[in-house]
Amino acid sequence: MAITHPNQADLLESGVVEVDVLERVLAKALEGGGEFAEVFVEDRVNNAVHLDDTRIEELVSGRTRGAGIRVLAGATTGYAHSADLSPEGLLKCASAAASAARGQSGGTHVVALSSPARNRQGETVPPESIEKQRKVELLNIADEAARGRNPAIKQVSATYADSRRRILVANSDGVLATDGRVRTRFMVQCVAVGDTGMQTGTDAPGYTQGFEFFDAINPESVAVTAADRALTLLRARPAPTGKLPVVLRRGAGGVLFHEACGHGLEADLVGRDASVFRDQVDQLVASPLVTVVDDGGFEHGWGTSAIDDEGTPVARNVLIENGVLSDYMWDLIRARQSGRASSGNGRRETYQDLPMVRMTNTYLVAGETNPDDIIADTEYGLYCASLGGGQVNTATGDYVFGVTEAYLIENGEITDPVRAAQLIGNGLETLRLVDAVGNDFDTWAGTCGKDGQGVPVSAGQPTLRVAELTVGGTARG
Amino acid sequence: MAEIPIFDLALRVVEKAHPGEQVEAYVTRSRTTEVAIHAGAVESLVVAEPAGVGVRVLLGDRQGFAWAGSLDPDIIDEALGAARDNATFATPDDSLAFATLADGAGEVAELDLWRDDILTTATADKVAYALAVEQATLGADPLVRAVESAHYGDSATEVAIVSSLGVQVAKRSTGCSVSAHALAGQGGATRTGYGFSAGRAFADLDLNVASADAAKRAVRLLGAKQPATTNLPVIFDPLVTRSLLALVGGALGGEAITKGRSMFVGREGETVGAPNLTLVDVPTDPAAFGASSHDSEGVPTRRVELIKNGVLTGFLHNIVTGRRAGTATTGSAVRGYASTPGAGARALCLTPGPNSPEEILVAAGEAFYVQSVSGIHSGTNTVSGDFSVGAEGLMVRNGEFAEPIREVTIASTLPRMLSEITAIGSDLTWFPGGAAGLTLLISEMTISGS
Repeated sequence: MAITHPNQADLLESGVVEVDVLERVLAKALEGGGEFAEVFVEDRVNNAVHLDDTRIEELVSGRTRGAGIRVLAGATTGYAHSADLSPEGLLKCASAAASAARGQSGGTHVVALSSPARNRQGETVPPESIEKQRKVELLNIADEAARGRNPAIKQVSATYADSRRRILVANSDGVLATDGRVRTRFMVQCVAVGDTGMQTGTDAPGYTQGFEFFDAINPESVAVTAADRALTLLRARPAPTGKLPVVLRRGAGGVLFHEACGHGLEADLVGRDASVFRDQVDQLVASPLVTVVDDGGFEHGWGTSAIDDEGTPVARNVLIENGVLSDYMWDLIRARQSGRASSGNGRRETYQDLPMVRMTNTYLVAGETNPDDIIADTEYGLYCASLGGGQVNTATGDYVFGVTEAYLIENGEITDPVRAAQLIGNGLETLRLVDAVGNDFDTWAGTCGKDGQGVPVSAGQPTLRVAELTVGGTARG
Repeated sequence: MAEIPIFDLALRVVEKAHPGEQVEAYVTRSRTTEVAIHAGAVESLVVAEPAGVGVRVLLGDRQGFAWAGSLDPDIIDEALGAARDNATFATPDDSLAFATLADGAGEVAELDLWRDDILTTATADKVAYALAVEQATLGADPLVRAVESAHYGDSATEVAIVSSLGVQVAKRSTGCSVSAHALAGQGGATRTGYGFSAGRAFADLDLNVASADAAKRAVRLLGAKQPATTNLPVIFDPLVTRSLLALVGGALGGEAITKGRSMFVGREGETVGAPNLTLVDVPTDPAAFGASSHDSEGVPTRRVELIKNGVLTGFLHNIVTGRRAGTATTGSAVRGYASTPGAGARALCLTPGPNSPEEILVAAGEAFYVQSVSGIHSGTNTVSGDFSVGAEGLMVRNGEFAEPIREVTIASTLPRMLSEITAIGSDLTWFPGGAAGLTLLISEMTISGS
């Protein structure tokens, strides 16, 4: 791939850090007696344009640059970080990390890094090459499209956002790797006002790619989707309560499986005895219709990269195959402790954070049933076309999920829209209760939060049915 | 690099203002310690000094913004340049303005929010304290089988706000907490419980409170079942009340109000809650974890009355939302360095009622005591008022806790909940998270189960 923009140079090429300095810093980090040391360097540029109430309210530019150094000594990880990338700054940071993790076998260390594994994204249009005015115009187009949809749309806000994140990982095992990722996102939120009050609707596609994002994503259709969600809710009736069959439209429900089963398959939580999936490898934990994959290399996925934030190449990891639990997701530390290789799931929000086991692009693999047949085969239930956020207690498997667009299914047909409601269930139970899996597929982009760190992830799934889930609506019995 | 005081860094940015433009710098630097404990060992120890700067440039009535998670002088200069360029693309808005020394004129609360022992206590002592909370949680009840994680964290934070209009504010505060997640029961029947203790000084912490709460909250849920769907009175634990108040506070923020995105829009002077409901924001109270002498635009903070005896009496404004609403700032600007100021609460507080939590349990008859909620952001909408969240807790009968309950949602609408508050506890407690908690009785909510 030819370098078409200066920002596409990696952190070695652009001289942010030198290989010999990294080797000295790693040696310094091990002087206190650690068994493993790592330097993570990050330089990230964020740009966003916000439109609100027909006005271009704000253009925001952000820059994050620094290094985090970690030292492992026994079960303890010492960590320090610094925004000062000079050799002196990095050496001081290495000493701080070393003193936080004091081990038994101090002394002199020599670290020799291998030749760098360089990764670069094949983005064709760097966002920096696009005039700010053009990004402004995209927002104006979305604003007009949403308002033009229906006079009931009273408020429109929209955001264009891009980020370029360049990272470098060097560790005392000799690993040296760089990566660069560009992400682009377009979000529209609408407020519709009617006799029944105010309702909101949102759509927010995001992909790991440059400005060519807009070859496939049309600002007008994002705006129309958001507007229609708000308008639909205006004529929605209260959601039902109690246990019902729930059909999740393609793309809408991936995030439910991210929460309901993905987090419980993270090796750090499993190791902490905080997962219902502990000791379940090779066991039937889900309906045989269920195959769940986490794929860090999913093309243009919101959670895609070439290496994770520990320098491990990402992979397509099968977590559940035909209902049987095949493996957990691993980062470097948990993998070292278990004498195996990392699965490429060690991620962190910024250089200020310790990496931990995180999902990337997690999806339930498509099946063979026509999605229309799934609906036709459901006498009474809830059809979820869009979900909001959710939360899981991995130790118990209990989760909740906000439904932001849903309809009743009556006699095998989608009928009236219903208002916001919460789905509640247990991850293990839900996996077992999947009784129909469609042959379609779509994904959803979002930010996954864990221990205060947010990282970009995507989730995906075909249209599918859960035989029964508890729906917490407001219809009073 | 020698450490330059952040106030001087902020001054240097503002001195670079071009003729005809206004510049504001918001600079923050913290010293933080985080300890994570698992199975009797230190899992991680992070000692760090996060810092950042946010620069706003006002070119006439257009604003540009840039931030940097670094105090490197070159990167700060780059941020100033980016903010200046960004301003040229913004739509002119005559509501835009920076604070002046005349804004929020009046007394500045004298608050001493800094405790030296956060910095003078040895890291080893902090680590030992975190190990001790894990041990105490394990020992608190024989039914606690493990501690999922135990944590200690502290921060000592300095903030400088300087603008070319003469605002020059420096403030600082400390805080710390210790917490544990207890696991009780086996396999699929595992229940979890969280306990914590928080303070401004290391000496304020009480690990016995954290460990006893974590153990009690996990153990009392053992054997919890999903009940049948029904409507019942609901009692909120003080921590749940805190989360509810934070939601209500968000809907009273100037941005939500002036942009028409709140259930409270246009309702000033109207009844929005039960007659016993009085809600204020008191950032001037040093007991509140969110206490602050000045807001994030450098305006002195004050007590802001929001709801009095059930009637909506005010909103929380910063400079821009105040101007937009045809009123003035209430000293309620809130922000971090990576965003422009919003308007929100720092220390929300309901006026306590006459009854103890025990008396409320008796008064409730048959009720659901909500120990914790989940999905409070995904399940609530402060525009439409819809409220549906996951919950676990205990049934209450004859004034006492009965069987534990799990896997239910509790649902209503926020306006309805506010008007159905039939008792407010006397047990006011400040928590981290911008609001105080107390026990609350709501006369009816839908409990969705099987």
